[in-house]
Amino acid sequence: MTDLTSLSVSELQAGFRRGDFTPTDALRALESRINQNDPSIGAYLSRDFDTALAAAEKADISLPLGGVPIGIKDAINVQGESCTCASKILAGYKSPYDATVIAKLRAAGAIPFGRLNMDEFAMGSSTENSAWQITRNPWDTSRIPGGSSGGSAAAVAAREAFVALGSDTGGSIRQPAALCGVVGLKPSYGRVSRYGLVAFASSLDQIGPIARSTRDCAAILNAIAGKDPRDSTSLDIPAEDFTARLGRDLKGIKLGIPKEYFVDGMDPRVRAKVEDAIRLCGSLGAELVEVSLPHTSFAVGVYYIIATAEASANLARFDGVRYGHRAAAPKDLLDHYMRSREEGFGNEVKRRIILGTYVLSSGYYDAYYLRAQKVRTLIRRDFTAAFEKVDAIVCPTSPDPAFRIGERVNDPLRMYLADIFTIATNLAGLCGISVPCGFVDEEGHRLPVGLQFLGKPLDETSLLGIADAFEQAGGREVLDARV
Amino acid sequence: MSSSPNLDVRDVARLARMELTDAEAEIFQSQLGHVLEYVEQLASLDLTGVEPTAHAHPVYNVFREDIPLPGLPREAALANAPHSANNLVVVTKVIE
Repeated sequence: MTDLTSLSVSELQAGFRRGDFTPTDALRALESRINQNDPSIGAYLSRDFDTALAAAEKADISLPLGGVPIGIKDAINVQGESCTCASKILAGYKSPYDATVIAKLRAAGAIPFGRLNMDEFAMGSSTENSAWQITRNPWDTSRIPGGSSGGSAAAVAAREAFVALGSDTGGSIRQPAALCGVVGLKPSYGRVSRYGLVAFASSLDQIGPIARSTRDCAAILNAIAGKDPRDSTSLDIPAEDFTARLGRDLKGIKLGIPKEYFVDGMDPRVRAKVEDAIRLCGSLGAELVEVSLPHTSFAVGVYYIIATAEASANLARFDGVRYGHRAAAPKDLLDHYMRSREEGFGNEVKRRIILGTYVLSSGYYDAYYLRAQKVRTLIRRDFTAAFEKVDAIVCPTSPDPAFRIGERVNDPLRMYLADIFTIATNLAGLCGISVPCGFVDEEGHRLPVGLQFLGKPLDETSLLGIADAFEQAGGREVLDARV
Repeated sequence: MSSSPNLDVRDVARLARMELTDAEAEIFQSQLGHVLEYVEQLASLDLTGVEPTAHAHPVYNVFREDIPLPGLPREAALANAPHSANNLVVVTKVIE
């Protein structure tokens, strides 16, 4: 039998329908691959194959995702499974309910089977902030997989998952997808319900897929999109088929190239790969247009004010009362809070809670938080103006290929700048996707480079069509390579 | 731009109800000082007349009919509590 673990979701489903193999075969192949390979990668925090195999036995393969196993980032609640956000403060927590995306995936026939590592509470760009373990980049295990959805991207790249869910607040799906050589989609804000995603920054968070093809991302989005009465920010808009524009070329498409996204300091090899990829888009029929996003250089600063402010409010719920870690023998209530949170949160989370509390505190609110919200308006306007001229924007996903484990842990600001090309998307509520566009060679290893397409809010159908056209012509080299 | 001498991480951590060790306080003070220095760049923009954006899409309060729907069963709601008894969460004493 072919190695099932290297198949995409659409190939897997074709095999189910031909009767070549069953969902049970697919799960057993994954289990064996994970048992053999994950000790060297560390993508999974836990997996529950007993429950998944029971579901696979009863799978209805006529459903849109019938019998398809899916790995889940540890920030998304799956009933009965642990959900720790890779934080000690949630050690032992078992989800009492399914997130809406999980309920929708189950209704479409998919089978959640494992919990994927992440930066604690999704705060980080390397997955080194997990309280539990390091995740390694499958292309070079001395390097980080990106983050915060590093477990999700590493698992898909290492053939330990066919597809996985991640979440993206400032690039946490697209950046690890780029660094691991897979496809990662951040839907537009409001496209997918956030109910059951443990909140980091509520005005920026979105759940999305990481997969081995654009087509698979479209299929997952078809299953998880839609208005949810339990998330008042999910948008009530008609359902559409996100696969509708796959399999086309780029004729008639105007692609904007933002000059501010080709900055000094980015890896020249990454820049060269991205420029080659953009030329390829041109040869596929796209009209290439230079656009300007003049406030790009402010996006990281705006993000680290707004995201930390929202995080400091969201993480106030971890008080050691109804769930989560409680310090032993507190002398009074204040001591209970202070020590429970000190013992439960890791360094990056503490840093961001302090920063977020500071920028919201009396006397600093106007200077930081309100100012950042105003600059957010300018960043949105930049995109609105650009999208009057072009259908989508094309740019790098990350300024560098995967960096070494430990290289940036003591320099938070440098770590934050890893997200320089992904953050503005979330601030403006756009959709974005990263597709591999080649390798750079680094000390005997091939390291993937990601090309990012950004689409208008709620224009995922066009975005996926454009990404698919590029993938077919220039993305398969990485996607078909075996780590 | 100036660094932010006004940030006292211990004081802010206390507002956030979070204890810090001496080592944490020292390193966070320096690291967050660098981050605040970086975000000072926002002060260079003229923002006269610019409205703040709180959300990518305008959102308003959403109301539904006041009809009771099933919630979490009591056992499920209590299952993750660090300390519970008699179907209640046991908390640290609030009133002397």
